[in-house]
Parts: sequence; C-alpha cells; structure tokens
Amino acid sequence: MANVFAFVETRGGDVRKVGLEAVTAARQLADKFGSEVHALVFGPPGIGAKAAQIGKYGADVVIIVENASLANYNPEAATATAADRIKSGRYRAAVFSTSAQGRDLAPRVAARLGASIVTDVLSLEVEGNAIVVRHPMNIGKVIATIAITGTPAILAMRPNVIAPAQNLKAGRVENSQPAIDPNSTRVRVIETKQGSGGKLDLAEAPVVVAGGRGLKAAENFKLVEDLASAFGNAAVGATRAVTDDGWRPHSDQIGQTGRLVSPELYIAVGISGAVQHLAGMRTSKTIVAVNKDKDAPIFKVADYGIVGDVFEVIPALTEAVREAKKHH
Amino acid sequence: MKIAVCVKRVPDMDVRFRIGADNVSVDETGLKFDINDFDAWAVEAALQLRDKNAGSEVTVISLGPDVVQETIRKALSMGVDRGIQLKADKVPFDGLAIAKALAEELKAGSYDLIFFGKMSPDSSSGVVGPMVSELLGMPCVTAISSLEIADGKGKAKRELEGAQEIVEFPLPAVLTVDEGLNTARLPSLKGIMAAKKKPLEVKPVQLPQPQITLRKLELPAERKAGRVVGEGASAVPELVKLLQTEAKVL
Repeated sequence: MANVFAFVETRGGDVRKVGLEAVTAARQLADKFGSEVHALVFGPPGIGAKAAQIGKYGADVVIIVENASLANYNPEAATATAADRIKSGRYRAAVFSTSAQGRDLAPRVAARLGASIVTDVLSLEVEGNAIVVRHPMNIGKVIATIAITGTPAILAMRPNVIAPAQNLKAGRVENSQPAIDPNSTRVRVIETKQGSGGKLDLAEAPVVVAGGRGLKAAENFKLVEDLASAFGNAAVGATRAVTDDGWRPHSDQIGQTGRLVSPELYIAVGISGAVQHLAGMRTSKTIVAVNKDKDAPIFKVADYGIVGDVFEVIPALTEAVREAKKHH
Repeated sequence: MKIAVCVKRVPDMDVRFRIGADNVSVDETGLKFDINDFDAWAVEAALQLRDKNAGSEVTVISLGPDVVQETIRKALSMGVDRGIQLKADKVPFDGLAIAKALAEELKAGSYDLIFFGKMSPDSSSGVVGPMVSELLGMPCVTAISSLEIADGKGKAKRELEGAQEIVEFPLPAVLTVDEGLNTARLPSLKGIMAAKKKPLEVKPVQLPQPQITLRKLELPAERKAGRVVGEGASAVPELVKLLQTEAKVL
C-alpha cells in the first residue's frame, strides 16, 4: 500500500488554508496510487474538533495530536511526531506546506528519515516508480521538473497552487500523542505575535494589493490598505524598493527569494515592474496595474492596466470595489 | 566561541536566464556570481558575535568546484578567520546530499554556532540548514530576523506570514538567517589584502547518490499580452466591469 501522509499546518489553534491544500495535494497523489491519505493535525486542545472537517478534503484517516503545550509551534516535537508516523506508516510520500512553518519542519523530517525533499512544489504527477514535480528556481525565472525515486518522497507544496477541494472521505479519527514531550524540547517558541488586525497572509490571500515607489511616501500606503480592505479578502504587499526604504516590513516584500505569490487577483499600485518583482507575481491568475508611466514594464504582464495617477485612480477603484461588494 | 558559516556562490538574479544545451542546467555565460545575500548576512552575524566574544573564531565553509574559492575569499575579506572548500565537481541539486557532506565536516569542528542563509535564490529550496541540524542532532532555529546570545543561550525572532515567533534555544545550535537581521559589511581594502594570507583548506568530498533527479529546466510560460483599459479615474468603471464579467474575480 502506497499511502500518502499529509501534515496539516495549524496556528493559534486553527487549521490553516495551506493545511487543507496539503490534504488536497496528498489526495491527488493517493488517487494515482489507488491508496489512502492519512492527515496529521498537531496542536493545542480543541484542534481536533476543528480538524473533523479534514475528511471532506480527502483524508481517509485524520490523526489528531492534541497537547496543552502545543499552543505555539514546537519544531522538535512536530519533527519527531511526523517522522515517527511517516516511518511506522511506511508512506510512499509525505506532503507538507512551503510556509514559514513548513520550511522549518519539512526539511527536518526529511533529514531524520534520510529522505530527499522538494519545496515550493507547483504540480505533481506519478510516472512509473517516480513522483514527478515542478519547482520554481532562480526566484521563479526558471521552472524545474524533478523526479523523486526515493521513498518516502517529502513534498512541500507552494501555497495557493492547489485550491483546497472537497472530496468526501471517511475521515476516520485516530487520537495520538506527541512522539516526545513538548515540554522537554530544547528549542521553545515562547510567543507567537499576530500581525496587526489579524491581516491575511500574503502567500494565501485570494487578492493581493501591492504598492511601489509610485506611492511616493510611507503614509500613502493607506491607499493600498483601503483598497485591500474594500475587497475584504486581500493582503497588502510591497516592492523591494519600498521595504528597503522601511515603508513596509521585509515580510511584505514580493519578488525576492522565497516570496512568490499566486493570488486570484493581483493589483500593482505605482509599481514599475522590476524583473524580480515580475518573477514573484507573474503566476497570479489576473493582474491589474495602475501606473502613470504608460511604458512601465508592469503593463507587459498586466491583464488590465490603467495609465494614470494612483492618487486619483486608487480611491476611485476603492469606492467602486466597495459598491460592487455591497451588491453581493 | 567557535562559529561556522556555510556559504554558497550564486548567480545574480537580475537577468533573463537561458537554459543550457543539456536542458538541465542554466547557461552560465555572462552571469555574474557572488556570495548569496542571505549567506552574507549570516557571515555578518557571525563576525559581530566573534567581535563581542574574545577568543572566538569564524570558519567559512563552501561546497563546490574551485570557483567557490572566490566566495570563500569574499567572506575572508569581510573578516572571517579561515576557510574550508569541500571540493566537488558540482553542487548537487539534492539538498540532502549537500547537507550530508556539510554535516560530515561540521561534526568534527565542535562549533558553538553554525550559521546558514535561510535559502539560496538559485535552487530556491532552503532545506540545507535545517537538514544539517537534524543530521547533527543540534537545536535549530530557521529564518531568524533578530538574535541575542548570552550565557550559552540564545533568543531569536522569526518572521511568519502575518506574525512573528519569539524562540529560545540552547547552544550549540544551527541558525538560518533571514533578511532584516543585519546589513552585511563590505570588504575593506585592508580586508581584501589580509584575506589573501588567511588559511583556505581544500578537502575533497564524496557525495552520496542523489534520490532526486533534475529532468529538465524551462523558462516559465509568457503571459499573454494584456491591455490598457483606459486613462485616469474615468477608466475605473470599465475595469470593475471586466473584473466582474471577464476575469470573474470581483
């Protein structure tokens, strides 16, 4: 049996969208093998109740590990628990997320199992005895196709490339324990500070509104924030120039190493479109650009462009989006 | 304190890449190479700790063919004390193979801290640091954007999507460095001269058999040409209509 394991990421006692994407990706693989998906949910008491829905996304078995000391991420306890389960379950593949947590966890699990890993997986196929995946290199400017023959194959999915899909499975719940006591680990996350106002994650938001130098000053990012809030499901991003100037935190930066986004809708506000930036957002489904320079490179990748002053166009767009949302 | 920093030579990303004739490599003609930015920040972090702790030493390690000696020299010119080249024909694509070779060298060094950049832009994997920590059985904190070390313990901040984690750990430890931790110093002329005399040891390594194979590289598909909807705020109603009826995202 070539069953597939999925690690369901949680934070603050909630299942994250990337966790459901991992289950959906694992389901795709398991369907090719004709096998089962076993999803591990690891978190504080109460996470099990929230994880009951995971069967709906294609998990045959949901393994719930609840522990009062898991309010914060615990890398060593998560590594030991996931690695033990992958080993004892003799899975053909284990699917994680290429999120901040997944980037920390998945390589540790792989090394502990002596297995190879591919991160930022864009798609997966099965060919003979190999799992064949696509992975962006050179900040998204080159796409690699990689065959993994070792078992288990450790795959970390890029966020937002596989939409969580409903695929009703048994979702039989199995309760388990952390493989090591979370209170005994050397590395301890003592606090998780949520960003202001529970903002959406850049990597996961269905809509991204990003601002560049065309906004002229840090305080003018309010235009971008207002437009994002008019959508209600949008995250705010920025160009490198803007984060280098300290207008926005580095974590908002799109288009450098590790910061690739693929939302349904990407709105570039006052962004000329440096090659690095374009590499970070070109896989967005729909791209809108507003810039006063009609020759700006951003218009070459934008599905829809408006040539104009962002200080006039963006408030008008914000108002129009608010109106449109009202009628839904 | 004994500190090691593992560094990688990477191409400048601000170019349009071409795929090599073999279809599994990037054509290096005309590319400019330098130390990975994240690794330069790791070197800077190590140097700052060395300078605060008398009797400390920083060793830089790079795996690859002889061209990586340039990258090692760059770190030496920033102030690193000595360099080690783990000599291999090429840097393998499989992060586990790289991690095993590095861990083999690092385990003999009894380092208090081992630094990595959080990832390199070329392979865009970011797995080697945490893999090495696991192979060495050492505590590890990835993608740190602040760091305090005192009394054999450390405290670091990690950036998550829309949040931050504050993490405590004991030494020895493996740390991977994110953007924002520091600004890397530029080598001084004096540093460049001094680097020429610093020890650079070359050790051949045997790389394990990879379990993953690169089948092909390709450039991403071009987006189909878009259109300018109009000029100024008067184009907004048309844009909103297109987002609703054509793109169906509003």
